[in-house]
Amino acid sequence: MFDQLSDRLQSTLSDVRSRGKLSEGDIDSAMRDIRLALLEADVNFKVVKAFTKTLKERCLGAEVMDSLDPGQQVVKIVNEELADLMGGEGVELTMASSGPTVILMAGLQGSGKTTACAKLASYFKKQRKDVALAACDVYRPAAVEQLVTMGQRAGAHVYEKGTDADPVDIATWALERAREERRDVLVIDTAGRLHIDQDLMKELSRIRDKTKPDDVLLVVDAMTGQDAVGVAESFAEAAEFDGVVMTKLDGDARGGAALSVKAVTGKPIMFASTGEKIEDFDRFHPDRMAQRILGMGDVLTLIEKAESQVDEKSAEELEEKLKKDQFTLEDFLTQMKQVRKMGPLSGIIGMLPGMGAMKELKNANIDERQLDRTEAIILSMTPAERHDPTLIKGRRRKRIADGSGTKVQEVRALVKQFDQMRVMMRSMANGKMPDPQKLMRMSGQVPKPKVRRR
Amino acid sequence: MIDLGSREPMNVAPLEEEAEPERKRGVFRRLRESLSKSRQALAEEITASVFEKIDDETWELLEEALILADVGAPTTAAVVEKLEHEVDSGAIPAEGEPIRARLIEILAEVASTARAKIDLSAQPAVLMMVGVNGTGKTTTIGKIAWHLSKEFGLSVVMGAGDTYRAAAAEQLAEWAKRAGAELVRGQAGADPGSVAYDAVSAGVARNADVVIVDTAGRLHTQDNLMEELAKVRRVIGKLIPDAPHETLISIDATTGQNGLRQAKVFSEAVQVDGVVITKLDGTAKGGIALAISSELGIPVKLIGVGEKLEDLRPFDPGEYAAALLSE
Repeated sequence: MFDQLSDRLQSTLSDVRSRGKLSEGDIDSAMRDIRLALLEADVNFKVVKAFTKTLKERCLGAEVMDSLDPGQQVVKIVNEELADLMGGEGVELTMASSGPTVILMAGLQGSGKTTACAKLASYFKKQRKDVALAACDVYRPAAVEQLVTMGQRAGAHVYEKGTDADPVDIATWALERAREERRDVLVIDTAGRLHIDQDLMKELSRIRDKTKPDDVLLVVDAMTGQDAVGVAESFAEAAEFDGVVMTKLDGDARGGAALSVKAVTGKPIMFASTGEKIEDFDRFHPDRMAQRILGMGDVLTLIEKAESQVDEKSAEELEEKLKKDQFTLEDFLTQMKQVRKMGPLSGIIGMLPGMGAMKELKNANIDERQLDRTEAIILSMTPAERHDPTLIKGRRRKRIADGSGTKVQEVRALVKQFDQMRVMMRSMANGKMPDPQKLMRMSGQVPKPKVRRR
Repeated sequence: MIDLGSREPMNVAPLEEEAEPERKRGVFRRLRESLSKSRQALAEEITASVFEKIDDETWELLEEALILADVGAPTTAAVVEKLEHEVDSGAIPAEGEPIRARLIEILAEVASTARAKIDLSAQPAVLMMVGVNGTGKTTTIGKIAWHLSKEFGLSVVMGAGDTYRAAAAEQLAEWAKRAGAELVRGQAGADPGSVAYDAVSAGVARNADVVIVDTAGRLHTQDNLMEELAKVRRVIGKLIPDAPHETLISIDATTGQNGLRQAKVFSEAVQVDGVVITKLDGTAKGGIALAISSELGIPVKLIGVGEKLEDLRPFDPGEYAAALLSE
């Protein structure tokens, strides 16, 4: 579904790229595809409309039309605008100057509040804070038990009064206890509620009034569709939330909903939950999300290229190395480590310049252990070998294999693969887009792609 | 709606057909109300007056309304194109009411697929519930169990196959108590396949009418968890060759275009027979239902329009299409 769109967008953009001059018609057709891609990512219709309008105005402006390479400028503008839409800089939580910092969590049913509470507790725990949780979801069967269990896993204390007490009373009582027990942070879990449920929304504002939280966070499921905006507006009214926790980002949802929430309410996305485990939770990085929404290897490649041409300094070194064919396994390792730090691994190969064009690597499921092995192999090489892999022959190869706990064949495969990649990247750095056909053939020659296909 | 095979409903009225007209009206009124509560819905409401004057703007407005209902771009384009074509060719009169009526028809056609019945004719019939986290699986099967047991007088065994989420079994236990169903559960973290096995064997041993197996919510992108789900299905199939007879996926009405991926990937893993759209009582219109039935051909079988037990309803494409557009 999305592939089709991203393919279209990619072909539109590379089509646009290949021309010296762009007509208004070219821009229009690119805008149409971008609009579709955003809608498929569940970005709110109105946000998309406004977004493509701004985008079009900029694209028709002098900075593109007078540029030597208008296509790349278009790609760059798309990226910039998207990152901007998402709220360029991250925002910090407000921490109380004295007494416990109170964080109130709200959201629809099933958005992942209870889990997010525990994850947030664990996040604070890592900062050596004494965290407590208040179980105010008295409606859903067994919600209290869930919070107690998850709180234990997170190492947080849980204040609960079963399901017979009033949520507002539980919240105020929990706050008193947290003060007495000198906790650093109190996270209040509330029942999931529909934003049109007046009674429950009133209850939420009462909890807010009584506990005066330092931060109110709205938990939004990354898979939410067009309705996210209406939901956020209602919650903004009742709970005046300060930021958003986006959950279930480990799926393949593009998270356009959360993006729309930012665009419409101006409230930033503060945290993202990216996995089943309690530690799969972290601060949100808008830039990473921009890439995710675009979610396309080739477009990303193009963006990197566009950026590198415009902002010479940042990528100058790498660029030089590529041009002069000095890109070494050392650089490869650094790059790989950087990329791996960025989070989910699927699609990472697509982010390496040039690799994204390989169809078969797209949607590939990357086996983390394979990457570990690749790292191990490179780490087992001497600096000289990393700089000049041609040195790696029989005995050296054996030594590297032994050192990294891999097989000689794997070492050979890595070196061969690296060689081919370097050739490809050199040609790209010199301004030539490799012929896709040729790339496909090349990828066929790659001994064994380090991916496990779905 | 529900195929009970040779079994006769033992007491009280079946779920839908013989429900008193008043209650039925009440339910659909509620559905319509809930579908239109948001300000958004009012702003983009498609009434007959929209079609009084037909120009590009009309079709754009319609497109907008459908996309805002999460119907998705491809299905929206197909629907609008079809209607536009019919109007242009003069197949239907270019007047407000006929166009609107035809639009509802087209939408209902998109939403209808064959095999819309829930097949519980086997003895015991095994129903398996799957879906992404937080979409309402446990609540839905709790309600299904209640209906089967209290309205149809069937004996129900429930298997607490969600051994992962903290307190999921307790949640199901609560529902089993309300429905008067028997609950089979394992240790926290136990193999879900073994729980399913125990539940189905218990159902066979007690000659139960229906065995309902809950599973842990999982994202469809997690291959290992999808494989685990496929295994649960295989385990059930070993006990009763055709089982599970009915596999339902629950999809949250607020879900956007990702719902299509969910339905597709789950279907590939465990052959989904039908969709339950939950939480339709919010302002979300659950247009993803249209996208799923038109693009994947998987029928929507049940909808959840509220928290009460009777708010789990059979899906009616015509009513749904009308509610999607109506005030």
